[in-house]
Amino acid sequence: MLSRDDVRRIAELARIEVPEEGLAAVQHDLNGIFGLVERMRAVDTAGVEPMAHAVDLTQRLREDKVTDTDQHELFQACAPQVEDGLYLVPKVIE
Amino acid sequence: MTWEIVIGLETHAQLSTASKIFSGASTAFGAAPNTQASAVDLALPGVLPVLNRGAVERAIRFGLAVGGAIAPRSVFARKNYFYPDLPKGYQISQYEAPVVTGGEVAIVVDGEERRVRLTRAHLEEDAGKSLHEDFHGMSGIDLNRAGTPLLEIVTEPDMRSAREAVAYAKALHSLVRWIGICDGNMQEGSFRCDANVSVRRPGAPLGTRCEIKNLNSFRFLEKAIEFEARRQVELIEDGGTVRQETRLWDAQKGETRPMRSKEDAHDYRYFPDPDLLPLAITPASMEAVRATLPELPAAMRARFVEAYGLPPADATTLTASRALADFYEAVVRHAGGEPRACANWVLGELSALLNRLEVEADASPVGPAALAGLVRRVLDGTVSGKAAKDVFAAMAAGEGEADAIIEAKGLRQVSDAGAIEALVGQVLAANAKLVEDYRAGKEKAFNALVGQVMKASQGKANPAQASAILKAKLG
Repeated sequence: MLSRDDVRRIAELARIEVPEEGLAAVQHDLNGIFGLVERMRAVDTAGVEPMAHAVDLTQRLREDKVTDTDQHELFQACAPQVEDGLYLVPKVIE
Repeated sequence: MTWEIVIGLETHAQLSTASKIFSGASTAFGAAPNTQASAVDLALPGVLPVLNRGAVERAIRFGLAVGGAIAPRSVFARKNYFYPDLPKGYQISQYEAPVVTGGEVAIVVDGEERRVRLTRAHLEEDAGKSLHEDFHGMSGIDLNRAGTPLLEIVTEPDMRSAREAVAYAKALHSLVRWIGICDGNMQEGSFRCDANVSVRRPGAPLGTRCEIKNLNSFRFLEKAIEFEARRQVELIEDGGTVRQETRLWDAQKGETRPMRSKEDAHDYRYFPDPDLLPLAITPASMEAVRATLPELPAAMRARFVEAYGLPPADATTLTASRALADFYEAVVRHAGGEPRACANWVLGELSALLNRLEVEADASPVGPAALAGLVRRVLDGTVSGKAAKDVFAAMAAGEGEADAIIEAKGLRQVSDAGAIEALVGQVLAANAKLVEDYRAGKEKAFNALVGQVMKASQGKANPAQASAILKAKLG
């Protein structure tokens, strides 16, 4: 079962803002989902290879060729702020 | 009590494909910002990644070259974190099923060969670049690098000193260039190392490790590991404990310092990427790649020792890069044999020249055929070893081929017995004191007399011949 703190942490990792008064409802919903997961976990899967994709196919590869051309002006037309070809974002420094 | 340093390395080698790992944008270095960022690289809605065959082939090449296992089926996963130079909010990487597992890289430290075991090598995409200079208090984002194919190569904690770690990094750097999967340009970030460092008492379980990031030169790698190991030992000896953390190398201060990051920054919540089906590598496609692999450095080194009779240290140096090894073999071919004399020239004068010019052997101003021409003239006695160095310098300066320079500069060695005898006669007559010393048992006097003969011949007398004639005359 997820605690209130688990919910806060998951929200933080996903960058989703959950107001304090909404925590209980989200906790309740997530625990409902975890309940379903727990029921599935009860199935014996020993010897079953984990599934990596819902479709039982393997991927086709692309030849190593440059096929995309410069469209930065088009792409940047919808960016909030651009300078010298760079996208500007709130300052982040680690 | 002594401490043992335990090191494992994670290396990101940028694969030398023309286009990105999941899009058709160019990977060329140095383009204007965002001109090589496609809709896929920008994570615009509705786009899907399509894997580049060239990146897969390069990963297979690496796996075969290190003797690792190539996974017949590998899986791409999403590594989730938020940073503005990663527009999707996740990096496509491989987690539980990497393309290469195991393998090893041979290193030579203090003349002894050791093997560093690899854990895995997996394909992933690079992130973009954040520029923190002043853009009105904002950061600038260039996504040209986003989606560039990387092979992350992870070792077991097998290294026990900074020097071993550097030897491994150099061997790996040489190998990825040798098999043509990465240009190895460290200034441009094509080959970057992170080091996991811990210390322990010999025989004790592994200590807590710190990961040092941002090591883009072999010198920084060595210094950062040395600093970090010392820091951990001092910390423990003062009664403290090492905290597992990520640290940055500060080249200006010559120290590592903790990276400011949140506690949960490393909760990446990997899961298989639903946009990408599993990657299948058939035995046939693996064999097709194997057929294009060149002779590997370790095999070539062994062949140089066995077939050419070279000392192992020389064979190691000659196979440090494929350009140098190919150059050496071409010299031997043009010289019609004489592998040891050729090795001495390639490792001596030629390497000094290449170092001075800071170029690889394939950009040498003196080509293999030209060098072989000079080696032949030394071996057949046309020029002395000393004069040959002057000839080489002239060749390096673009003055022409060995034979032309020897003639133009009058460097042809005098091997005419009559001419040398005449010179010896003059020298003996003019140096009575030296002759007397020699007869009194002073060996050094003999060398001085040989020197005088060489001087009288303006360096052109065959020294072996001059020495023999002198000895005969002195009785």
